[in-house]
Amino acid sequence: MNFLIGAFKPACNISITFSDGKSRKQVPMKKENGKTIMVSLFQSKESIAGKVSIEPLQGKKIEHLGVKVELLGQIEMYFDRGNFYDFTSLVRELDVPGDIYERKTYPFEFSTVEMPYETYNGANLRLRYVLKVTVSRNYGGSIVEYQDFIVRNYSPPPSINNSIKMEVGIEDCLHIEFEYNKSKYHLKDVIIGKIYFLLVRIKIKNMDLEIRRRESTGSGANTHVETETLAKFELMDGAPVRGESIPIRLFLSPYELTPTYRNINNKFSVKYYLNLVLVDEEDRRYFKQQEIAIYRQQDS
Amino acid sequence: MLNGTEDEEKWLAEGIAGIQHNAFYMHRALDSNNLREALKYSAQMLSELRTSKLSPRKYYELYMRAFDELKRLELFFKDDSKHGVSVVDLYELVQHAGNILPRLYLLCTVGSIYIKSKEAPDKEVLKDLVEMCRGVQHPIRGLFLRSYLAQISRDKLPDIGSEYEGDADTVMDAVDFVLQNFTEMNKLWVRMQHQGPGRVREKREKERSELQDLVGKNLHVLSQIEGVDLEMYKETVLPRVLEQVVNCKDDLAQYYLMDCIIQVFPDEYHLQTLETLLGACPQLQPTVDVKTVLSRLMDRLSNYAASSADVLPEFLQVEAFSKLSNAIGKVIEAQVDMPAVGAITLYVSLLTFTLRVHPDRLDHVDQVLGACVKKLSNIPKLEDSRAMKQVVALLSAPLEKYNDIVTALTLSNYPRVMDHLDIGTNKLMAMVIIQSIMKNNSCISTADKVEVLFELIKGLIKDTDGADVDELDEEDFKEEQNSVARLIHMLYNDEPEEMLKIICIVRKHTMVGGPKRLPFTVSSLVFSALRLLRQLQGQEGDIVGEEASMTPNKIFQLLTQIIESLSAVPSAELALRLYLQCAEAANGCDIEHVAYEFFTQAFVLYEEEIADSKAQVTAIHLIIGTLQRMNVFGVENRDTLTHKATGYSARLLKKADQCRAVYACSHLFWVDDQDGIKDGERVLLCLKRALRIANAAQQMANVARGTGGLVSLFVEILNKYIYFFEKGNKQITSSAIQGLIEFINTEMQSDSTNPDSVADAFLASTLRYIQFQKQKGGVVGEKFESIKL
Repeated sequence: MNFLIGAFKPACNISITFSDGKSRKQVPMKKENGKTIMVSLFQSKESIAGKVSIEPLQGKKIEHLGVKVELLGQIEMYFDRGNFYDFTSLVRELDVPGDIYERKTYPFEFSTVEMPYETYNGANLRLRYVLKVTVSRNYGGSIVEYQDFIVRNYSPPPSINNSIKMEVGIEDCLHIEFEYNKSKYHLKDVIIGKIYFLLVRIKIKNMDLEIRRRESTGSGANTHVETETLAKFELMDGAPVRGESIPIRLFLSPYELTPTYRNINNKFSVKYYLNLVLVDEEDRRYFKQQEIAIYRQQDS
Repeated sequence: MLNGTEDEEKWLAEGIAGIQHNAFYMHRALDSNNLREALKYSAQMLSELRTSKLSPRKYYELYMRAFDELKRLELFFKDDSKHGVSVVDLYELVQHAGNILPRLYLLCTVGSIYIKSKEAPDKEVLKDLVEMCRGVQHPIRGLFLRSYLAQISRDKLPDIGSEYEGDADTVMDAVDFVLQNFTEMNKLWVRMQHQGPGRVREKREKERSELQDLVGKNLHVLSQIEGVDLEMYKETVLPRVLEQVVNCKDDLAQYYLMDCIIQVFPDEYHLQTLETLLGACPQLQPTVDVKTVLSRLMDRLSNYAASSADVLPEFLQVEAFSKLSNAIGKVIEAQVDMPAVGAITLYVSLLTFTLRVHPDRLDHVDQVLGACVKKLSNIPKLEDSRAMKQVVALLSAPLEKYNDIVTALTLSNYPRVMDHLDIGTNKLMAMVIIQSIMKNNSCISTADKVEVLFELIKGLIKDTDGADVDELDEEDFKEEQNSVARLIHMLYNDEPEEMLKIICIVRKHTMVGGPKRLPFTVSSLVFSALRLLRQLQGQEGDIVGEEASMTPNKIFQLLTQIIESLSAVPSAELALRLYLQCAEAANGCDIEHVAYEFFTQAFVLYEEEIADSKAQVTAIHLIIGTLQRMNVFGVENRDTLTHKATGYSARLLKKADQCRAVYACSHLFWVDDQDGIKDGERVLLCLKRALRIANAAQQMANVARGTGGLVSLFVEILNKYIYFFEKGNKQITSSAIQGLIEFINTEMQSDSTNPDSVADAFLASTLRYIQFQKQKGGVVGEKFESIKL
């Protein structure tokens, strides 16, 4: 039995550590199996340096054709399972072909890496960054080890950030004017605004503000669009009368939002919308959707 | 809808169960200091309040359950050592709740702690809370939410002297907050009327009135704010509250809130802001019961005025009366459809007010009455009994206040108001007036006032057109007329001239009273005139020749006319008595021919009008009695009259009556005065004649019925004998008396005489008297000594 177990075990343990791993911020990441692990957080143009250590199993030696470490930025479409599009691929050769008898450690560094896109886990795709260590062998296949890390990029506050103000309505039925204080919000922002009822001829039951995420993948005829409602926030209970103005104050922090992504690598976009929904007593819905931009602001 | 209430019970039970369930988990979270769970379960618990199925009453039950739980939650929130989150963060955290109602309840709860922590300015937090609550537009849920807000903020307003007092405008912030909450609550409350499923209006109104105190509580809070001084009340609070009241255009709310304003704020504020407050009244919906509102206001102010004399100058200073009066005028004008009773109720209140506040201002009273007349004259016929009652109240108020009809008589509009009463009420009012006069013993002393007074009570004085005479209750009628008769005695003036005028006026009025009333009023009038006569006599000499018009003769002429009016009734007996009274009065005035004339009238009446034998007996005795006292007559006149009188006496129907009248006549010839007539012979003649008649009566009785009897007649005659004997009539001798006594004894013992205990006793006491006189000794004793028993 011992023999059998030994046969299926990898011939060595490979571990990848970041050189500033202890001080670097760790953020949770959901794995495919549903588990959440903590991984290191990076942003674009940071140097990614660390060590790869390879430790053969007790009393074994590894013959290899070379050891390398790759930094990959990948986009994975779920409907096109198994196909990765690497938009970033950097390689460092760590060792020339030879034998490893005992634990061996290789430092590596990718300096000032361009990582323009953020890690993203969507409904139909994911964008991931990973370090991939490959010990190439002739027989028994290559030994590969991955280390995920997360990339988030911060944006400065936009120089122009107009409010969204609009009057909408159904003739002789409902006229409202709504206002959101900004058109661009950061992830911990608060949406402040109000809805002013100019004309109400329907019996409104309640009014919600929804945050919707629209993820579109592919292009042309192959476009897949997935819309998710991430937040449903009741703004008003009951039927207002003409002249009433209802305040809006929606904190974004409780929701799992990402910044708006536009045409990432020509593969996908993620956009956010505020959807104002009025429901009448017959459960008819009247809504108006407005796109807002979301950006990531450096924590102060 | 039969099981509607059952369903409601069920829903309420479900709601309570939901609250309990979530409260249980909430408690667990609180005990383990788990903020996250606490927020989750409290929000779920509060979600039970989102129901639309309950009536306000049931919803209130549910609300109270949640309220109790929130108190526990608040304690937890307050202690940041338990949850480790700053109050600022907590304030944000609770706003993450997706549903608005739980979110706002939690926000208010944390807000209250936020204020206490003083980490943010009080007013900012309050403003934020009251603003955020706009999100709940459902009437019932909104009202309860805002009521919760009012509840938790009550002790945290930035009032003067409060620990939350801020900068200079701090009170303003408090007021702004409460006013805003009030305004929003009122809007929701009003909206209830127009929303919800098309249920019956009444049910909705009932539900609404169950909620009214939630709205009114805000006004109460306002009134409790220390910093709201008169200035602020005048400039800010009242105008803004009124603006809301007027603009909501809802009768239920307007009525309730106006009442609320009046009840919660201090009197002196009302007084100083009367104009503003009253200015709102005509702007209210026509269906609002403004009269009650105004009445309450006036009642309050009247009580305030009554509370202390110190405040009265304030009333004058602000011209409270004219303002109220104007306001009432405007309201009545504006509300064309207001029933008469409403308008009159208003006037009653105003009257009460002015009576209390300005008791000296009769012109105000008259003004109110005048306004009332004006209103009433627009109504063709006042048929509403409630309105009638109010008019009576209106008219009674000044009487009660002044305790003096004289004051009321100076009110020119008083009778004009009375004109608008129906006949019955008019009489009732007249009675009230008379009773008031009687009670206070007030004397009406000028002819003008008497004129007015009779104008007032004319309902009693004469038949009103169209009155149904048959319906009159005899007893009521008598009582009324007796009252009038009594009233006449209250009209009095020391000045004979004025008094005569009064009498003439009364006569003018009473003469039209018709045959049923005259018997009651005439005698009062006559006696009133006789009193004048005596008065005149008392003053005689002082004013001789000065007043040519005021001679006794003139008065007697008047009297004759008055009594003659009775002939139409006819009421001969009364007239006869009155003539005799007049004759006596003329005797007092020493006017022989007048006295003779009166006697003539009396005899004429006796002869022509008095046919009833009993009445004749009474009349003849009256005549004899009066005549006996007359000393004005010369021999000739006296003879004529006494002759007539004795003649009538002897012609009475029954022998016994004859006998008694005749022996009474004996007194006509013996007046026990210094210079009175003392004709002993004719006395004896009368007594003998009486004896003869008594004998005849005795015999007639024997023949007709075989019985004796009437012995008492003899005893009576015996008494007359003794009287005259005692008075020194020489014609009456002791032997005659003795003879009579013996005769009586014989009569009594005769077989044919039935035993008559009354006569026996009478005789016995007569004899005892003689015995007594004998024992007296002296002159009298000697005199009686000769009578042997």
